[in-house]
Amino acid sequence: MTANIPGAPQKRGLSKKTIKENLIAYSFIAPNFIGFAVFTLVPLGFSLVLSLLEWDGANPMNFIGFGNFEHMFKDRQFWRALLNTFVYTAGVVPATLVSALALAILLNQKVRGRNFFRTVAFFPYVASLVAVAAVWNFIFSPSKGPVNNILHALTGLDFKALPKWGASKDWAMFTVIFFSVWKNMGYYMVIYLAGLQGVNPELYEAAELDGANGWQKFRNVTVPQLVPTTFFVLMMLIISSFKVYDIFINLFAGGDNQLTDYTRVLVYQIYNTAFRSLSYGYASAMAMVLFLIVLGITLIQFRGEKKFGE
Amino acid sequence: MPGAKKHNYIAMTFIYILLILLAITMLIPFAWMLSSSLKLSKDVFTFPMKWIPEEPRFQNFLDIWKKIPLGTFIFNTAKLSVIVTALQLLTSSFAAYAFAKLKFKGKNALFLGYIATIAVPWQAYMVPQFIMMRHMGFNNTHMAIICLQAFSAFGVFLMRQFYQSIPDDLCEAARIDGLSEYGIWARIMLPLSKPAISTLVIFTFVNTWNDFLGPQIYLTKTELKTIQIGLRMFIAQYSSEYGLIMAASVVALIPVVVIFLSLQKYFVQGVASAGIKG
Repeated sequence: MTANIPGAPQKRGLSKKTIKENLIAYSFIAPNFIGFAVFTLVPLGFSLVLSLLEWDGANPMNFIGFGNFEHMFKDRQFWRALLNTFVYTAGVVPATLVSALALAILLNQKVRGRNFFRTVAFFPYVASLVAVAAVWNFIFSPSKGPVNNILHALTGLDFKALPKWGASKDWAMFTVIFFSVWKNMGYYMVIYLAGLQGVNPELYEAAELDGANGWQKFRNVTVPQLVPTTFFVLMMLIISSFKVYDIFINLFAGGDNQLTDYTRVLVYQIYNTAFRSLSYGYASAMAMVLFLIVLGITLIQFRGEKKFGE
Repeated sequence: MPGAKKHNYIAMTFIYILLILLAITMLIPFAWMLSSSLKLSKDVFTFPMKWIPEEPRFQNFLDIWKKIPLGTFIFNTAKLSVIVTALQLLTSSFAAYAFAKLKFKGKNALFLGYIATIAVPWQAYMVPQFIMMRHMGFNNTHMAIICLQAFSAFGVFLMRQFYQSIPDDLCEAARIDGLSEYGIWARIMLPLSKPAISTLVIFTFVNTWNDFLGPQIYLTKTELKTIQIGLRMFIAQYSSEYGLIMAASVVALIPVVVIFLSLQKYFVQGVASAGIKG
């Protein structure tokens, strides 16, 4: 980005040196860009086309315009999946956000073993989901798991009267949200810890001079200072909860089992439509909906970052 | 002020109680997993439960290798994670150097293209990607997973951010000394970017190790499966062998535990820097 020197003759065309410089630069980018273009950009464009087709991968493609989208409007399962995804988002986003913030504040105190506790809180995030979901399903097993055994011992209620957790219509969403918060809050805690470290300590000192107590310092210094971090965490959480799939499939559907009406989510619906029903066109149309939702959130994020940035 | 000090003690006790409760909540499932992995299936659900089995059944850890090709699964996963991580690191640090330190035509447009796709969810184009890969003959090969994971826009972005913090003068001086651009990348940029490299390596490795949907779509042959979908297959096949399922789960966790505990400093730095940058 060199500024043009006023009055200096503008060179037309490219000199040999510039061509060489360009070629060297392209050679740096090429290995990544070729892979990126072939496996990301091309499928992305293809996805747009595919959403306007009717195609099972074997028979000739059939252009049906917006037929897939019209079908989608009348598809009860699609709406159910979308609704479940929204319900999950509405539960998991605030719960994770508040837990992560509370954890970060707790682990930002000068306490013994702080690093140990941070490690412990972060650990479920990196642990293999399939393994962890298997334990979770055992622990919350309705008829024999330790959770219901403890509830039974405490309340004396019959096992039939106790929650059936993942196996029941009423408790499935609660179970998956609880699991997700437990597994992921450590990740967002780390982001909040970084945010807390960025708060100017003089602000706390000033608040103390004014006689503020702990809660007032939290309310009037920490919270406002963390607005950009909170906004970022919020956006990340919303986007990731719209992409949710593996938690649901591992908590609710073993082997080849399918998700039921009260647990199906958007990505599951896309996966199932494409790879079980082989309706590639219709699956891509639903994928467009996911794309547009995430795009919308990302645009809000860009605007917000301009506002909160720096 | 004795009053303030007393108040402090109460607050600290409260904080420690919270911390201990937290540690229990986070660790209990893992403790339960470990304890059950050493039990007979019929003893897994006895209540009140015994945390330490009277006769720990280490046999479980031998039996699982005979029931499923666990060794193959672990080898496959390790192989994929290493290849993907190496490719990702190489290609993205290479590209990032050009974006951060070189002048060329179309630089801004290309970089904008990268940024724009960071936000696009993979799930939105996984279907056409599968159709393409199948067309290329990659279905049911490890090549599919490698192509899927190795060229992320995120890696380029992360490395570029770091390279930009390295002063241009350093490259300029090296150029005057007659070093080629490739030489500058290899001998100056790479050695200086260890923190960013560590972050990228850990994230890519763990992501590939724990990836679920990609292998579920592409790897349907048992001998190709990774540990995640292999473990899932095992759970489905032997659904009432609780002790064995827990033993296999413990084995699936160990590599990540080792990597995480030895490199956790970089993990935390990585999440934090990704978070701050947005």
